[in-house]
Amino acid sequence: MNVPDDLLYTESHEWVRREGDKIRVGITDHAQAELTDVVYVELPKMGASYEAGGTIAVVESVKAASDIYAPAKGTVLEVNKALESNPALINTDPYGEGWIYVLKVDDTEQLKALKDAAAYRSSIG
Amino acid sequence: MSDAAEKRTPLYDEHVRLGAKLIPFGGWLMPVQYSSIMDEHQAVRKSVGVFDISHMGELVATGPRASEWLNTMLTNNTEKLEVGAGQYTFLLNDAAGIIDDLIVYRIEDEKFLLVVNASRIEDDFAWLRAHLSVSAGGVQLADQSAQYAGLAIQGPRVGELFQMLFGSEKPMPTRNRIAAFDLGETSIWVARTGYTGEDGIEVFFAAQDAPRVWREVLEKGKSLGIRPCGLGARDTLRLEMCYPLNGSDLSPERNPLEAGLGFFVDLTKPNFTGREKLQREKEEGLSRRLVPFRMKGKSPPPRPHYRVFRAGADAGELTSGTLSPSLNYGIGMAYLTTPAPQPGEEIEIEIRGQKFPAVVEKKPLYKKS
Repeated sequence: MNVPDDLLYTESHEWVRREGDKIRVGITDHAQAELTDVVYVELPKMGASYEAGGTIAVVESVKAASDIYAPAKGTVLEVNKALESNPALINTDPYGEGWIYVLKVDDTEQLKALKDAAAYRSSIG
Repeated sequence: MSDAAEKRTPLYDEHVRLGAKLIPFGGWLMPVQYSSIMDEHQAVRKSVGVFDISHMGELVATGPRASEWLNTMLTNNTEKLEVGAGQYTFLLNDAAGIIDDLIVYRIEDEKFLLVVNASRIEDDFAWLRAHLSVSAGGVQLADQSAQYAGLAIQGPRVGELFQMLFGSEKPMPTRNRIAAFDLGETSIWVARTGYTGEDGIEVFFAAQDAPRVWREVLEKGKSLGIRPCGLGARDTLRLEMCYPLNGSDLSPERNPLEAGLGFFVDLTKPNFTGREKLQREKEEGLSRRLVPFRMKGKSPPPRPHYRVFRAGADAGELTSGTLSPSLNYGIGMAYLTTPAPQPGEEIEIEIRGQKFPAVVEKKPLYKKS
């Protein structure tokens, strides 16, 4: 499984890329491989605020709907509209074209609770 | 979820070796997919796929009065079955609730094979045996589920694969018929049945031969692009055809008329379990009906238990729903209060608090072009 070294990770298989006080978020290669065949993505609402750990998006495969959780408290700045017409980008390019949203983080201290690549790698065995 | 509690089919090691994702289903640990539900679905629609159906049950009823007795237990008419013929039918409780839906084959004049759902084997057997004691006639009933393995080989190229496996001397049985064939040392029942809407066969044979037969099917099917297929594709394929899934669309709280499957209920038979209730329902009218629909425009895939609204009012709930891989839009079936909406009528499906437009359809939802 591809687990890039320059990203942070959540227990619930989201990846987080720090861009100053903003974070770009998607789901990991491991997560997309488990879900397979992503057929629908419910994107966060632009400008809406979410609590850390709150449901912010939904990724649906043929079999199941999976909640995506906000890794930190913040406000949505961007959503990946390309996923509306091509949700399979999450399968084909989970760390690139398959990003889901950008969040302006209220308190970047909250990001310290996230895993680094080594810790995430060992958590998925 | 604990794997220890789930039973394994004789093909368990084959599934693991092929990298299948395994999930609990009806008390069994079964492959939900090997590569991708989409790919496996398309393999069956366009070429051929093979499913492990060893979890399904095989009950055998034998005796001079076996047909007569089964006719009191099942909704369809076993008297219409010649040797080598099968029919889809229901096992009902006294209130006409569905214990199981199954296929009964007359494999000999006085011998019937009932292929039943995995999760209902014990219930079916117990129900049938309990009713055996009060009926005269000395019918013998045996649960042979553990002795049998089974495969469903489905897709438009099944005929070619059949010839590669069994030669061309003896033709593939015709629709809904069953016949015995040999594959090397293994004797195999081949039935021209399936759960996908494609041409196909379901084969049943001794459990210990399962890995050998499975490998031979995959090996011979290679040139046709055969794929091992899991429960995920099995579900999308059957739902595109509006075939019901026991435990979701069918249950002891539903009857076959509500499910729109009256074709498999012979009310002209004088006596079978559940008959009075069905006759009364037919005369007085049904309170709900299973209705197929598709989503209009873009929406999340519909899923079981989502609510359905009709002219703004709650009208029932989905028992099946998915994204159709063949059609690329959401499809499903829902039990709706009567008078049920007609094909073409608009309804709404509530998904995470938001209502999405859908339209009632005729079955099947997917029609072969």
